[in-house]
Amino acid sequence: MTATPTPARRQPSSAKPVRRPGDLFFSSASIGSATIILLTLAGVAVFLLIEALPALTAPADEVSGGAGFAGYVWPLVVGTVVASLVAMVLATPVAVGIALFVSHYAPRRLGQSIGFVIDLLAAVPSVVFGMWGMSVFAPRLVPLYEWLEQNLGFIPLFADASTSGRTLMTASIVLAVMILPIITAVSREVFLQTPSLHEEAALALGATKWEMIRTAVLPFGMPGVIGGTMLGLGRALGETMAVAIILSPGIFTWNLIGSGNNTIPAEIALNFPEAAGLRLSELIAAGLVLFVITLAVNLFARWIVDRRAEFSGAN
Amino acid sequence: MSKRIDVNDLDIYYGDFHAVKDVTMTIEPRSVTAFIGPSGCGKSTFLRTLNRMHEVIPGARVDGEVLIDGQNLYAKGVDPVDVRRQVGMVFQRPNPFPTMSIKENVLAGVRLNSKRMSGKAADELAERALRGANLWNEVKDRLDKPGAGLSGGQQQRLCIARAIAIQPEVILMDEPCSALDPISTLAIEDLISDLKTDYTVVIVTHNMQQAARVSDKTGFFNLKATGQPGELVEYDSTQTIFNNPREKATEDYISGRFG
Amino acid sequence: MSAPTDRRPADRDPRTPDDLHHSRLDDVPGIVASTVRPASTRPAWMLAVAFVLVGLALWQLLDLHVAAAVALAFVGYLVVLYVVYLRLGGERVAKDHLVRALVYFAFALAILPLVSLLWTVVAQGAGRAFDPDFLNQTMNGVTGLNDQRYASGEADFVGGAYHAIMGTLIITGMATLISVPIGMFTAIYLVEYGGGNRLSKSIRFFVDVMTGIPSIVAGLFAFALFTQIFGIRDAKMGLAGAVALSVLMIPTVVRNSEEMLRIVPNELREASLALGVPKWRTIAKVVLPTAASGLASGITLAIARVIGETAPLLVAIGYARGLNWNPLEGPMNTLAVYAYFMFTKPLSPAVRDPSLERAWAAALLLVLIVVALNLLARLIAKLFAPKSGR
Repeated sequence: MTATPTPARRQPSSAKPVRRPGDLFFSSASIGSATIILLTLAGVAVFLLIEALPALTAPADEVSGGAGFAGYVWPLVVGTVVASLVAMVLATPVAVGIALFVSHYAPRRLGQSIGFVIDLLAAVPSVVFGMWGMSVFAPRLVPLYEWLEQNLGFIPLFADASTSGRTLMTASIVLAVMILPIITAVSREVFLQTPSLHEEAALALGATKWEMIRTAVLPFGMPGVIGGTMLGLGRALGETMAVAIILSPGIFTWNLIGSGNNTIPAEIALNFPEAAGLRLSELIAAGLVLFVITLAVNLFARWIVDRRAEFSGAN
Repeated sequence: MSKRIDVNDLDIYYGDFHAVKDVTMTIEPRSVTAFIGPSGCGKSTFLRTLNRMHEVIPGARVDGEVLIDGQNLYAKGVDPVDVRRQVGMVFQRPNPFPTMSIKENVLAGVRLNSKRMSGKAADELAERALRGANLWNEVKDRLDKPGAGLSGGQQQRLCIARAIAIQPEVILMDEPCSALDPISTLAIEDLISDLKTDYTVVIVTHNMQQAARVSDKTGFFNLKATGQPGELVEYDSTQTIFNNPREKATEDYISGRFG
Repeated sequence: MSAPTDRRPADRDPRTPDDLHHSRLDDVPGIVASTVRPASTRPAWMLAVAFVLVGLALWQLLDLHVAAAVALAFVGYLVVLYVVYLRLGGERVAKDHLVRALVYFAFALAILPLVSLLWTVVAQGAGRAFDPDFLNQTMNGVTGLNDQRYASGEADFVGGAYHAIMGTLIITGMATLISVPIGMFTAIYLVEYGGGNRLSKSIRFFVDVMTGIPSIVAGLFAFALFTQIFGIRDAKMGLAGAVALSVLMIPTVVRNSEEMLRIVPNELREASLALGVPKWRTIAKVVLPTAASGLASGITLAIARVIGETAPLLVAIGYARGLNWNPLEGPMNTLAVYAYFMFTKPLSPAVRDPSLERAWAAALLLVLIVVALNLLARLIAKLFAPKSGR
């Protein structure tokens, strides 16, 4: 905001303000566009609500599953959140590792080109991730799931292995690959911004590279990493096609390595083309629930990332 | 107990650029040695080679040797991490760790360099270092407050406390007062005079009065022309440098005729 | 310097004078010093090579699952690395090497799926993607029977993605036409007119919120909106898809453009205003041209982001088998939706391969477009950057 010019306002007292058509056009187009954005966002909430209302108010036994809308959407919410959380837990350490590699371990040129490649990974369409996940990745995971069932089967999460590999766990791992670039990009940015003053302070005290990172880089970058992780979580929550293609959906189960489970976006994508009437309304209502969840996560992420400014201590 | 530094035929390069040429000097223990000279003459670069901090800059390398009590810093099998434990450094701008309290800041280096530290030893060491940096009386009631909350001069003394807490032999100071107001500068200068009873102090400064006030010996760095490497023009007792320098260039610089 | 243990008389000093590894810190009571002994990095590299061989042996000779072999070899490497450097350089050096190994491994771990994905797409898709028939035909009238005849060698391959390519271009083009003016003018408002007032603050906040809208929700919104306007029967049309994509695209355009307008130096604006040039001309003639390359590159990236979207189009447009030039009526098709349907609902469930071929070919085209757009964005930013930029 500091960069914004404050051009001399025309003084209304000294002369009649000349309303040039060009100025009028530019300022009204600008304000108009800004207003459209606000209206669109309000529109998203309002129109979804209108279309969702029949499902929200329908008698319990008319909704799919016969337990009301809450009963219908609840397992989907849990499936969505579990898949996204697992993806986040898997992706974060790797992303922080890559970010450190790019910012502090790799030579600068190599780091830059790796940054570009990682950005490219973020641009690959999700439908392609889904196709790859189902045809290449899922079959490769079957032996791992069998091993988990044999050795850790007493844990309900690994109770019964799927033979196709098309499970919530596979979907989570692919989601992890998909959100990796987001977390990496944000973490890389904050790591690169670490004041060299602090890095040098640590090195001058006789720190090894890792000790320097632990003393100067990680404390400085932590809020950014957390914010990036939250953004990644938001993306995973809303990701549709990869899950829709990979998962062989079913009722909710805690068994992550067998078939079953579904997420809200995948449920919508899989059923929307054939849906009509109340079913359509149910799906839109589920979308509304998803919207609220991702909104909460994203606002939380923004809040953390913005707070970083106070943390940085750069004076 | 503090150590003597011998520099023999030291050349410094950044990639292909020859930054400092052929420096030979001896820095006496328990003394304050000041480096002066115009900007870009390589005095800060040279200071950094005394604890291998120049290696942080990609492409920087040296030729020659730096001996601390006879041990070459650049010998095979010497780890820069080890060197920096012996040769502490204070930077141009105060740089306390922003997420740490005052006490944690003082002990940061000690924690890195030790496996275990008893609570009693930590308290004693922190107090001793803060007293050594003339900061104890100002912060003793708020040791757990963030170090970034102090004034600029206090922050710089905190950084000195942090440097002396790990008990180095030598303390390097890279223009330690250039970001400070005159009163804080005075406090640091007093401190430097105190420090030399225990440490070998080497200071780079832009301020000639400061060099004259605090140092026992002074080295004048200069470069013949832009693009040429910097070199040590004259190195003598501060008295001599400021009162009757041997070299014309030194005299010109001291009398403010250039630079 | 009051504590008596602080200094020992020199004659009781046990050290040799030239021992750099010993510092005065080691003599402070209550502190167990942890020193660093110099250790070359060569053992780390030699161990890395050795354990790559171990991993290969576990995989090939002992017939372990490749992931298990890699995991075992890596854990083994970490343990041996730690023990070796514990002896060579002490605990701190060992930890340093451990973290370095983990960081490098994280990097390798991320490159692996990328390579596998690109390889799969190219290997599966290259056979069909550049076939002129595939590029020029639609799926109109193509059924599972055609695929079965092709598989048994009785007929030629029919059915391509021409309609999907055209649909992608039309819908993305319309989304760009909607998003770019709105996004750019919003950015202009934020930078040139808003000046941190309440409206600009709330706009910035809502743009952030918009960035987080899941793509399928954007599709549902467009569907709901068009259902309200056109009735549920006629709601599915190309324009609905363009609106859905715009919801996703506008925030990206705003953010990228805002950033680019902000780095235009204020001196330029002031110089122009001081010459008596009206504000709108200053923006149009000075600010926008200066930022042009950055704006173009940002818009290209925004296009790349939405061109591969599937979910919102699936919901808002539906699926068309033939070519539909009219975005105001009836379903259309796009490459991403085409790939999805060919992949999950093959024309002939018994003979899936021709459909899968089409799906992978569409995926390859899509990936190529995205990569090309990303490279183009970089090129624009590099080639047309203003000379005086920071």
